[in-house]
Amino acid sequence: MKSKISKYIEDKNTKGEKILSVFLTSGFPEKDHFVELALNVLAAGADMLEIGFPFSDPIADGPIIQQSSQTALSNGIDLLKTLKYVKEINEHTDKPIILMGYANPLLSYGLEKFADDSKRIGVDGLIVPDIPLDEYDNFFTSKFDGTDIILLITPTTPIGRIKMIDDKSSGFVYCVSVIGITGALKTTDTDNLQFIKNAYEQCTNNRVLVGFGISSVEDVKYYKPHCDGVIVGSAVIKSLMNDNSKYQKTLELVRNLKSGLIN
Amino acid sequence: MKKSRSAIEMPDSRGKFGKYGGKFVPETLIAPLKELESTYLLMKKDKQFKKELMQLHKEYSGRPTPLTFADKLTSYYGKGKIYLKREDLCHTGAHKINNTLGQILLAKKLGKTRIIAETGAGQHGVATATVCAKFDLDCVIYMGEIDMKRQEPNVFRMKLLGAEVVSVKSGSQTLKDATNEAIRDWVTNVTDTHYIIGSVVGPHPYPMMVRDFQSIIGLETKKQIIEKENKEPDYIIACVGGGSNAIGIFYPFINGKVKLIGVEAAGYGLDSNKHCATLTLGRVGIFHGMKTCLLQTDDGQISEVHSISAGLDYPGVGPEHSYLKDNFLVEYDSITDDEALSAVKLLAQTEGIIPALETAHAIAYLEKLLPKTSKDEIIVLNVSGRGDKDLSIIMDSYGDKI
Repeated sequence: MKSKISKYIEDKNTKGEKILSVFLTSGFPEKDHFVELALNVLAAGADMLEIGFPFSDPIADGPIIQQSSQTALSNGIDLLKTLKYVKEINEHTDKPIILMGYANPLLSYGLEKFADDSKRIGVDGLIVPDIPLDEYDNFFTSKFDGTDIILLITPTTPIGRIKMIDDKSSGFVYCVSVIGITGALKTTDTDNLQFIKNAYEQCTNNRVLVGFGISSVEDVKYYKPHCDGVIVGSAVIKSLMNDNSKYQKTLELVRNLKSGLIN
Repeated sequence: MKKSRSAIEMPDSRGKFGKYGGKFVPETLIAPLKELESTYLLMKKDKQFKKELMQLHKEYSGRPTPLTFADKLTSYYGKGKIYLKREDLCHTGAHKINNTLGQILLAKKLGKTRIIAETGAGQHGVATATVCAKFDLDCVIYMGEIDMKRQEPNVFRMKLLGAEVVSVKSGSQTLKDATNEAIRDWVTNVTDTHYIIGSVVGPHPYPMMVRDFQSIIGLETKKQIIEKENKEPDYIIACVGGGSNAIGIFYPFINGKVKLIGVEAAGYGLDSNKHCATLTLGRVGIFHGMKTCLLQTDDGQISEVHSISAGLDYPGVGPEHSYLKDNFLVEYDSITDDEALSAVKLLAQTEGIIPALETAHAIAYLEKLLPKTSKDEIIVLNVSGRGDKDLSIIMDSYGDKI
């Protein structure tokens, strides 16, 4: 049976649209208006949300997401609070909601308890960047069946391993466009584009979404032919940091990004 | 207390020490870590590589380091005989160079042109900058802003050796944050860069590889004590931050009868919430690429810890130590800032050796252990580093009362 996420992506793709997945840091910038912000981002054209639950030491993140995580932690945001946000958001939307974050807060919450609670609340997928394929089986026990576990591939992933990751991943495959951390600059390196083209070909089980280094509608159009959708994180968070127009500038960015994904 | 026979064969092929260790890193690093592991395993058996490394230990670093009988310290307690393994006499002033020499040769084999490292006390940074100068590789050292202030002489040493020192201003501005930043650099520049991790921490194969490079300390100790006493020691004591000097001296004795004791930093005290007693008070978690014992909050955020010693000021510990503790193969205890400071003075005025603040934690433990020993028992203490870098902290603490 197809998961909610993969079915949603396929339906959109069939209609000639590619996916825009937007990353928001849980409870950022304001914990009291986060649900409202999330719903507005969806209304502005985001097809899915990736909500990042904060960790004190995010090793795969650049300065922008680090800073937003720090603000979230100062706002008292933890996994429990994040699950409450998801519950509220789900009352107003049918679009997929994914949680993204590091392994330690999950371990601390209790993996089995988290698997149960997140499923009950309607978390559709999970991205944990420090649980690579090699640690997958020990971490994501059968308790997580029914929740999509989205794995990443990067330009350093060998071809054979891309196939293994495609076999294991569910929901979609997260294709990291550059060798680097979140917020890295887009590269126009031909080797990197070739990697994305190859990855798109190799992944036959899953749809492929490209992320990292995508910040403008030009970037979106550059990757669009070679994937099923894109993920934008740091650019949105950066916009939120400098947005004193009640997030209108950020929502405009989201609308603009999505416009590049519709034929 | 049953000792496991297989401890010496750890980790397994997936880098696990029982339930600890592993490779909890972003996908970008998986292929480079596998390449590092396979190259290391080849080099480990390569006669030429071993010969070259031994030559460097001998001619460049000054090994073997002496095992000094501490006669005055022994009379001071009037109990067991105390020997000091003198890693403070290594080139650059601490055991850290044992590892950086090994890893720089590996980096050359891997064809890398740029080296990065994290440092707390600056000893690993200095040891890395040193081998980079010697082997002509670019060198960037990440160091917490607070550590740069408290270990200023080492910052200058690194710069003098030609390294770039990057000040890390995030989080607690100490070793933990310097490590985060080094990992981020590595994720970004992994194609041409080798990351020389300074302790038995991080993702596989680092904990295994750094242990192997440091175990020269224990191998020499075994030979030297048998020459001097015709038997193995009864106790071996070493300080534990990440735990590389401790693993280095413990490892060759792990399946034997020697009682091994690791000493952590208790900072302002175990009940102060400002300490680094990871194995004493921590709980299992995932951090810096490994599963191990960590100091963390109830919701799994890594704690901001404290020790007067920058080299021990770390909320995690090598996964092998977590394993050794669970299996009762090593006993762990802790020593406060104040106890460590007193121990600096004690060793200086009995043996004429000014130890690093890290080492001082192991020395202070003698106060707890020695009364329980008898005159025919032998204690070996690993003097992991010398105290020159700490003089300003020690001066600030003693003031005119010295």
